[in-house]
Amino acid sequence: MTILNRIIKAGFLNFKRSGLVSFAAVLVTTITLSVITTLILLQAVLHFSLDQIKDKVDVTIYFTVGAPEDKILILKNSLEKLAEVAEVTYTSAEEALKLFRERHANDYPTISALDEINQNPLGGFLNVKAKEISQYESIANFMKSDNALVLGSASIIDKVNYYQNKSVIERLNSIITGAQRLGFLITLLLVFISIVITFNTIRLTIFISKEEIGVMRLVGASKMRVRGPFMVEGAVYGVIATILTMVLFFPATAWVGRNMTEFLGLNVYEYYISNLFQIFIVILLSGIFLGMISSFLAIRKYLNQ
Amino acid sequence: MIYFNNVSKVYNKDSIGMENVTLTVTAGEFVSIVGHSGAGKTTLIKMILAEDAPTEGTVFFESLNIHELKNDDLTKLRRRIGAVFQDFKLLSNKTAYENIAFAMEAVGKSNEEIASDVPHVLELVDLTSRAFHFPHQMSGGEKQRLAIARAIINQPELIVADEPTGNLDPISTYDVIQILKKINDLGTTVILTTHNRGVVESVGKRVVTMEKGKVIRDDKNGKYVI
Repeated sequence: MTILNRIIKAGFLNFKRSGLVSFAAVLVTTITLSVITTLILLQAVLHFSLDQIKDKVDVTIYFTVGAPEDKILILKNSLEKLAEVAEVTYTSAEEALKLFRERHANDYPTISALDEINQNPLGGFLNVKAKEISQYESIANFMKSDNALVLGSASIIDKVNYYQNKSVIERLNSIITGAQRLGFLITLLLVFISIVITFNTIRLTIFISKEEIGVMRLVGASKMRVRGPFMVEGAVYGVIATILTMVLFFPATAWVGRNMTEFLGLNVYEYYISNLFQIFIVILLSGIFLGMISSFLAIRKYLNQ
Repeated sequence: MIYFNNVSKVYNKDSIGMENVTLTVTAGEFVSIVGHSGAGKTTLIKMILAEDAPTEGTVFFESLNIHELKNDDLTKLRRRIGAVFQDFKLLSNKTAYENIAFAMEAVGKSNEEIASDVPHVLELVDLTSRAFHFPHQMSGGEKQRLAIARAIINQPELIVADEPTGNLDPISTYDVIQILKKINDLGTTVILTTHNRGVVESVGKRVVTMEKGKVIRDDKNGKYVI
């Protein structure tokens, strides 16, 4: 316990006494953590945009005119039980007609033709939303499968629009998957670059102390006793940089929220505030980890000399 | 206590640090190693501290082959040796008090022991008033006395002093040598390297003369003869 106390105390003291060197290390760590925070927010914007696009995709099952409602509802129930299905909405023939009339309220010839028939030419339909875009195909396949046929649905289904929209849905799916992968790769790359920059800065701060490390070893200090304070110092860089980053992102996200919400589709400030604790934890752990690991690795070379 | 058995150190074919050196230092001795720059004095000290390894031969500290020691054992060995250098090698971001305390912490002394021993040793080297000064706030002589205080705080069996007076004025040189003699009188073995005739003569004990990496003279109560 005494050793740990001494190591922690020495780490804080080194940080305090290193002045400009500590300031530079905190600054660089702050930049790295800012990059990571920006990437977290950009990922949120990307996912929000992709979710919105995904939300616009659905599959509609149209039923024949006069299809019995109880059969449609049985099919609805069995669809809702599928793991891939997020939501199934039933629109009856009457509602479909009402919606049609509303949509064509200004289209006099269509409305008068409808009046002329004097009966409902439309069937009901089920609107199916999958959890993932890639799952629409399996839902459509389910409709063709024996399960659906056993239910006696085959005779009442007029068409399933998945087959009309298949190529668009698949393309959209591949674009979304690609965007997510690209976003992830860019995130990884930027995080890697930031880590390398921070690592080199901390390495430089330790390089300045390389003679002292040698002296400590010469007076018989163990590796842990020499390395420990540097790791504590690295953790202190991380903690202070985290606080600075979190504070800096209040005005930054507020500005983005005010000026770019329409463009981004997501109010970044609101997202930042509502996820403040989670972001703080991620950044804090990243900062501490980065500082400690960088110090641990950078000092290794001098410890063995 | 220290035994160099046919030790050679070759850096490259044009630079030979030591050549077939065989030397014994017994416990309680005060040995001055003299010679011109490049004679191999510092290489010899580095071998004892395992800062450098021989190309051939072996160096023993009592029964321990210094250069075969594992890391932890080497750390333990260094705790038995106090080292003083020409360039002081103090921890620049620690005060005089902390520099000495660090050496005690390194060997696992308690806070109570540190609080009781550090002021005592500071008084011994006449640095009580400089206890909370950093090395850059101290003169060369004060830095060297601080380095000696750090070297002796754990009561090592051996003190190695590599040109400890090289950067000092005559008065500080005298002070440092008096302290080293006092330490030796108390039973600690001292190995001192120097090319200062006055220092060797004021010590008046065994003198080993080196030239071009070889021991060319070894005299009890010797004089500085080059």
